[in-house]
Amino acid sequence: MAGTDSASSLEEIEAYLAAQRDKRLLRFITCGSVDDGKSTLIGRLLYESKLVFDDHLAALERDSARFGTQQGDLDFALLLDGLIAEREQGITIDVAYRFFASEERKYIVADTPGHEQYTRNMVTGASTADAAVVLVDARSGVLTQTRRHTYLLSLIGVPHVAVAVNKMDLVDYGQERFRSIEADCLALAATIGIEGVTVIPLSALRGDNILERSAAMDWYDGPTLMGYLETVPLDEDRLTGRPFRMPVQWINRPDLDFRGVAGTIAAGTIRPGDRVVVQPSGHQSAVERIVTYDGDLRQAVTGQSVTLTLADDLDVSRGDVLSAVSAPAEVAGQFDATVVWMSEAPLIAERRYLFKIGTRTVPGTVTRIKFALNVNTMEHVAATKLDLNGIGSCNVAFEEPLPFDRYRDNRDTGGFIIIDRLTNATVGAGMLQYALRRAHNIHHQHLDVDKLARAAAIGQKPCVIWFTGLSGAGKSTIANLLELRLHRLGCKTYLLDGDNIREGLNRDLGFTETDRVENVRRIAEVARLMVDAGLIVLVSLISPFRSERDSARGLFEPGEFAEIYVNAPLAVAEERDPKGLYAKARRGELRGFTGIDSPYEAPVDAEVEVDTSSCEIEAAVDAVLARLRELGMLI
Amino acid sequence: MSTNGLHPDPAREDASLTHLERLEAESIQIMREVVAEAENPVMLYSIGKDSSAMLHLALKAFYPAKPPFPLLHVDTTWKFRDMYAFRDETAARLGIDLLVHTNQEGLAAGVSPITHGSAVHTDVMKTEALRQALDKHRFDVAFGGARRDEEASRAKERVFSFRSSTHRWDPKNQRPELWRLYNTRKSPGESIRVFPLSNWTELDVWQYIYMEQIPIVPLYLARERPVVERDGTLIMVDDDRLPLAEGETPQMRTVRFRTLGCYPLSGAIESDAATLPAIIREMFLARTSERQGRLIDHDQSGSMERKKQEGYF
Ligand SMILES: Nc1nc2c(ncn2[C@@H]2O[C@H](COP(=O)(O)OP(=O)(O)O)[C@@H](O)[C@H]2O)c(=O)[nH]1
Repeated sequence: MAGTDSASSLEEIEAYLAAQRDKRLLRFITCGSVDDGKSTLIGRLLYESKLVFDDHLAALERDSARFGTQQGDLDFALLLDGLIAEREQGITIDVAYRFFASEERKYIVADTPGHEQYTRNMVTGASTADAAVVLVDARSGVLTQTRRHTYLLSLIGVPHVAVAVNKMDLVDYGQERFRSIEADCLALAATIGIEGVTVIPLSALRGDNILERSAAMDWYDGPTLMGYLETVPLDEDRLTGRPFRMPVQWINRPDLDFRGVAGTIAAGTIRPGDRVVVQPSGHQSAVERIVTYDGDLRQAVTGQSVTLTLADDLDVSRGDVLSAVSAPAEVAGQFDATVVWMSEAPLIAERRYLFKIGTRTVPGTVTRIKFALNVNTMEHVAATKLDLNGIGSCNVAFEEPLPFDRYRDNRDTGGFIIIDRLTNATVGAGMLQYALRRAHNIHHQHLDVDKLARAAAIGQKPCVIWFTGLSGAGKSTIANLLELRLHRLGCKTYLLDGDNIREGLNRDLGFTETDRVENVRRIAEVARLMVDAGLIVLVSLISPFRSERDSARGLFEPGEFAEIYVNAPLAVAEERDPKGLYAKARRGELRGFTGIDSPYEAPVDAEVEVDTSSCEIEAAVDAVLARLRELGMLI
Repeated sequence: MSTNGLHPDPAREDASLTHLERLEAESIQIMREVVAEAENPVMLYSIGKDSSAMLHLALKAFYPAKPPFPLLHVDTTWKFRDMYAFRDETAARLGIDLLVHTNQEGLAAGVSPITHGSAVHTDVMKTEALRQALDKHRFDVAFGGARRDEEASRAKERVFSFRSSTHRWDPKNQRPELWRLYNTRKSPGESIRVFPLSNWTELDVWQYIYMEQIPIVPLYLARERPVVERDGTLIMVDDDRLPLAEGETPQMRTVRFRTLGCYPLSGAIESDAATLPAIIREMFLARTSERQGRLIDHDQSGSMERKKQEGYF
């Protein structure tokens, strides 16, 4: 149709363009099992956002007759399938990216298949996603595949997840059916440790709760799928609040007078005058200018690609990271990392690969595969190699130390790919969890009497039993009683109690996040010395952060460390309030109190969990003892 | 609305990026990554609007330096005259090296869209010619302006697309792309096509051109042009190489082009959209999607994928 350039319609389009200019971009991933209706859902979103042009629709009608499964009706799924081979097999087998827009935002959807062998595709699609939509068929509810997808999403750190309970039309839009699936989803999210899960009942085929609220489901008062997508937070905004990081991508040197450091800001904001440190060298300078083609900027933010000039003539090169002087990145060469393997040839520990992290490529090895994860059952399984689509918790060692952030803090400075040195293929990807501080380059004093010898002399198998939980959950009571039992059995034990240690070794520490981390670190190191000395060590410590507990675990051999989650609902712990601390915290007299104004991150893979609101102390101790014996840690 | 660019106020305090700013930043990051890691990159320059946007992004990516690679135009000799004029003017204005390559054997054999049809012409004068040019100059990475939203088979295309030493694309052998990490390593002889506009849509490109005031070939805007109508497609009579059937006389009609290629293969649409907002407006009302004007895609669905396997861009 030919346009009529009437002034009013042009004004309209200019107003439209002005509105478009301010839209923001949300990237999300969809996952589901085959036939859950993922393609139909995406096709529907595209269709509704009117980006499906008429002739695509004409082709669709033609193709529906040839391949379609919808006898006569439009098969939205056919809008999506691209590769000929896939069409013929009738399944989608790779990551495809789709585009659409709503009133508020633009969207890029990573469409990934549900088939088991394609973990790799899902991980790829999720790596850039701000949010995820997991499809569940209302008739079948939460399946093993749903668990796997949700688990992978948590692993890749997709911060927001919506579960779309699809095909509600086939269960008569029944509220009861939905509520039971919803409860399963929320339980699943809790086990996996994902916060912020939204469960939405819908029908992709009929369009219920996609854009419009469904008249057939007036009992549902949550957001529609589009309503969710329009408001879910962007990861970029979280990163903007973090300390400045910019991996140096390229040095811009058009002539002798100009030397710019080009890169994409991975976190934080930067302004002229801000002090930065070049990592790993540690040289400091201040930003002089933020140079762009559109003129110098007064400020640049996360996600922007800029060129900075520095006040001092420092040695900066590709692969370095510019960081805020006040909060630089940690520099390390050895890490605990989660690795996803993406190649037919398995990952072998101690084989040399190339690791690309940020803008730096370094040789290194996976020194140890601590265990593999079964993504269906979420169990840890012993492994010496990782096969295609395998996921493992590993120690990795790079041949040179480099600046990094924990992956969960920043994907750009904490995520890496693994490259095969011979084929140049990308064979794996990984996420740095924390640095291992057993620096092999510091010369370790060799001692003739070692842990084994000391343990043998005492006649027991040393280990750490680490109790974590809220204040008032019952950690100390249980730990105390357990020690008494062990003592009576003739074990050589020691109980490290958080409160007691704060009176001595850690009396210089407060309750800020940094101090809490240091508190846990020191106690873990003391426990390590004691295990080295041959003792059975009990630790009773709130230890609210998962990563510090993981670091503590990383100090020990497998089978030496057991995490006991002493679980009591906050309300119960608060009611007990043995030291009157909750009352104080509630009155605002105590800052940074776990559970009140400082978070507690519940363990996801504790060896034992005891709920002290529902069982007696004696029974809890029995349970812990029995489990530790089962694990072979205690005789 | 003011059209003074994507960044209306460089000194603004607002901390969040709009979708176009985010796309722009991503494209720049991709281009810099190539320049930092490739030995001998080149930018394929097709003179179309996507090329214009891509070139503009390159100016931004390396500013204040010039883009550190030449432009390569694979010339079938059948482009519109306006395109040649625009190409030469652009290279001169920006002071960027422009390489033009034509398949001389094809030319000598008289291959043309008129005598050989679109399939053979494209194969010899575009696909084969591109391979020749890349081999001749030993380019290891070539930027292209393709977008994932153009066609269903492209939705799965990687940003970095690997080609064997015979320039073939093997869908099974592409690398996973996670985060912003691109693995650019390759064996001798292999090459990479890199698509910095992968995540842009057609509307994004038009909007960007509008806001950034990027020059484009005037053929995109409606104007009276001499055309003949064949099988419902309007073909512009751009020079006297287009044989006219008996009784066929060019008529002046107000037309424009949604995509530009070889003029005998590019269908015009009737339109009086003579400004960018008018084009964008028309896009919303469009009855035909972008590539329908391009005759090479018409054969059957899935044809683009076959072309890609054979090395057509
Ligand atoms: N009744 C009903 N059928 C649906 C719905 N969504 C999808 N389907 C059908 O379920 C089948 C599988 O859908 P498809 O989108 O291809 O699933 P995918 O494998 O997850 O991409 C197709 O026959 C769809 O038409 C829905 O909301 N209601």
